[in-house]
Amino acid sequence: MTTAVTTDLLRLAPVLTLGLMVVPVAAGLAGTLAPALKNGGAGFAALADWPGLARAVALSLGTGLGSTLLSLLLTIAILAAFAGRPVFDRLRRLIAPLLSVPHAAAALGLAFLIAPSGWIARLISPELTGWQSPPDLLILNDPLGLSLTLGLVAKELPFLLLMALVALPQTGADQRLPVAATLGYGRIAGFVLTTLPALYAQLRLPVYAVLAYAMTTVDMAMILGPTLPPTLSVQVVLWMSEASLASRDIAAAAACLQFALVIAALALWRGAEALAARALTATAFHGRRLTGLDRPTATLALTATAVTAGSLGAGLAGLALWSVAGQWQFPDALPASLTMRHWVDSLPVLADTLSQTLIVGLAATLAALVLTIACLRAESTHHLRPGPRALALLYLPLLVPQIAFLPGLQVLAARTGMQGTLATVALAHLVFVLPYVFLSLCGPWRAWDGRIATAAATMGASESRIFWHLRLPMMAGPVLTAGAVGLAVSVGQYLPTLLIGGGRVETLTTEAVALSSGGNRRLIGAHAMLQLAIPALAFGIALAVPAMLWRNRRQMRGIA
Amino acid sequence: MHRRTALALLASLPAYAGLSRKALAAEWDGILTEAKGQTVYWHAWGGDPKINDFITWIGEKAQERHGVTLEHVKLASTADAVARVLAEQQAGQTEGGAVDLIWINGENFAAMKSQGLLFGPFAEDLPNWPLVDVAGKPATVTDFTLPTGGFESPWAMAQLVFEYDGKQVVNPPRTIGELADWILANPGRFTYPQPPDYLGTTFLKQVLYGVMADPALLQSPVDDAGYDAQVAPLWAWLDRVHPALWRQARAFPQNEPALGQLLADGETAISFAFNPGRASAEIAAGNLPDTVRTFVLDGGTIGNASFVAIPFNAAHRAGAMVIANLLLDPEVQARAQDPAVLGFQTVLNLQSLSAEDRARFDALELGVATLSPADLGPVLLEPHASWMTRIAQDWTARYGVAQ
Repeated sequence: MTTAVTTDLLRLAPVLTLGLMVVPVAAGLAGTLAPALKNGGAGFAALADWPGLARAVALSLGTGLGSTLLSLLLTIAILAAFAGRPVFDRLRRLIAPLLSVPHAAAALGLAFLIAPSGWIARLISPELTGWQSPPDLLILNDPLGLSLTLGLVAKELPFLLLMALVALPQTGADQRLPVAATLGYGRIAGFVLTTLPALYAQLRLPVYAVLAYAMTTVDMAMILGPTLPPTLSVQVVLWMSEASLASRDIAAAAACLQFALVIAALALWRGAEALAARALTATAFHGRRLTGLDRPTATLALTATAVTAGSLGAGLAGLALWSVAGQWQFPDALPASLTMRHWVDSLPVLADTLSQTLIVGLAATLAALVLTIACLRAESTHHLRPGPRALALLYLPLLVPQIAFLPGLQVLAARTGMQGTLATVALAHLVFVLPYVFLSLCGPWRAWDGRIATAAATMGASESRIFWHLRLPMMAGPVLTAGAVGLAVSVGQYLPTLLIGGGRVETLTTEAVALSSGGNRRLIGAHAMLQLAIPALAFGIALAVPAMLWRNRRQMRGIA
Repeated sequence: MHRRTALALLASLPAYAGLSRKALAAEWDGILTEAKGQTVYWHAWGGDPKINDFITWIGEKAQERHGVTLEHVKLASTADAVARVLAEQQAGQTEGGAVDLIWINGENFAAMKSQGLLFGPFAEDLPNWPLVDVAGKPATVTDFTLPTGGFESPWAMAQLVFEYDGKQVVNPPRTIGELADWILANPGRFTYPQPPDYLGTTFLKQVLYGVMADPALLQSPVDDAGYDAQVAPLWAWLDRVHPALWRQARAFPQNEPALGQLLADGETAISFAFNPGRASAEIAAGNLPDTVRTFVLDGGTIGNASFVAIPFNAAHRAGAMVIANLLLDPEVQARAQDPAVLGFQTVLNLQSLSAEDRARFDALELGVATLSPADLGPVLLEPHASWMTRIAQDWTARYGVAQ
């Protein structure tokens, strides 16, 4: 390929990428807004009359903001308390497996753990509690959404931690932290005052994505969240699944409201960021060393890690056990018998499902990586750095609830006769995979030390040589991590697969969610185990390949 | 005749009433030829592995007998398929649609039919139609008081039965009033799926049958003038038992399987299902203790039929009709009624079957928890669909948003 052609293609990359985000979302939104506004906004009027509105809105905001804040604070606490210590490497190895757990599987595992008939109650009954039958306690689906918040934290903490770990080596923490320590600052104070501002700048995009997701999740909220009423996004899905056209209009209006709520929450968060920055500066000027914070924070961080990893791990172990359980009555701690019947029954179907999942996931992830890297390369080559407006467009698929624009997309696909093929589904997945891949990769990519390129250029290396032989290999870790994130996102997609696939493309997730509405823990367990396998493998590769590539390059190992 | 022409002709005729049996047989041969090699996408709820396995088996039969490939598109909710056809209609897609066959009944059928989303009439022209027990099981041609008019073909009968753990409940209640007394005496041991879930709303209708002054009103559309007074006893009944329900009615299971799971976990002691054979099948599968039994209420419980319908723009209409006909085959119906398979009641008139086919049904074991057809008692007809919609809505306004 000649340089001129490459250059032209690179110039096109940002436009193509943004087009892939904007066109589907805009078309879908138009398809949502139209029914919401028709008949003089009857949908909005009916929505306003719905008695559960205030509470559903409060739940979406409360669980979304609460879980995001909690996840962020714990991420900071864990990094501050353990960065650079031996325990940190052990933590690191925990993240990938935790992160690769699909949301629905994590929620089901957690539900089975903490329910009154769950594993914890079975383990301590009847010996400690005297319970011969499950106690009548409202732990799951509690009205305040506490179980949902816990579930969200358990899923989002590993994600933020991974994003922070990817960004950390670029913040100069290695130099800053020892300086702060020699000046007598405690670990926590030193980290928060010297490293956090630079780290948060890179963590901001993932945090916003987490907030938007937490506010609009459907699968986790259906399993763990309150039901009287549910969160707003769940209610939208419930309305959409009613046959009458009127409830579709309410659903469309509620989807618009949900969109506005996400924007409001992000604005609120943005305001809080400014306040926090001011508070941080003021604290720094006081010059207090705050060494007293270290011990409680370390305890908190360790507890949080143990609870998160423990609950996810035990929940999944519970699901794994259910997948081979025979009769398992309360309060038995373990099943009376084990059987492979559920596995044998479902395996023939699974081979097909597994291959469809992989084809769609790999195609979407690969396309997302190529587009992202092309955009980032165009940035440095042509100085086509996305402005704030372009960035906002990239956010669209993460900020607009899926349920708000997917029905519109479905009509578009039907109209163009593209419905129900693997390629169309992969394209729909790409809309959601691309932002995550871009968000994961752009931070570390931009933070690459440009002086390396300058040095190479002065030695006569061409632009493309610098890219292929220096930057790309040095970025192997972040690229693979972004790929793993992309694959995990694709594997977890339910609504796009169902709606755009016309039901003809079945992935592990559509199968698992269809089964989960049936509450059969044994089959859910079997599917969850398989659903885990794909992203787990991808994250494993993302960790193992750089470790092998850089086994002789100590300084490179931080970039993973 | 060219296949396309044959099919177009079929579609244009209101019914084959004018055709002689011989001509009909010829048309059916045309449909069989057309169907051969087609792949039929059957959109059906995918939440129950036993039903999924049954549909897989149907697919094997269809392949073996007619060369039709059956793909089960597993849905979390039937409305997803309705939404899909609706989206295609809005997009102007009048042929080559994604949905060939839908498992459907009640309000989804009413919605699709009134919006012109269904192909038909076709059901009464299927070769196996004469075997259907239209007289003995009026629910096979009346779907929530709406005449099916041949726009959907029945394939299974269902009836509400209550399930209880015999270890914990000695004398199960026999009326809705006795059920309330039992709930109050055993707090936390009963609940129902949260309306507008199908089974949850069915339970409300069953209560309505038990407490309403004149249950015959349920067969007509809701009358706004009298409605509030007519349903007042239902709300009074619910207000009375709610504090003694599972989780004090601050949370509800979301659907039938979730309700069944509560019984399996021992959280509830009395439960119910829309399938008289469910308990036996679950005991056989090791999911329920073998002390579980079933009962019905004096005066009967609500029953209805499950149907299949073909969307107006189905890409494989001939194949879909072949599947609809296959579902009425005595061998298939007997398998569906086997408690070890599904435990669904047949839609066929056993008297009209050949001796050989009748023997298939006679050979079935009822299962340890299943009531005999005589003990199942009378089947109450589904109320008009407007009742379901209205009481589900009012339930949500009253109890569906925490105070």
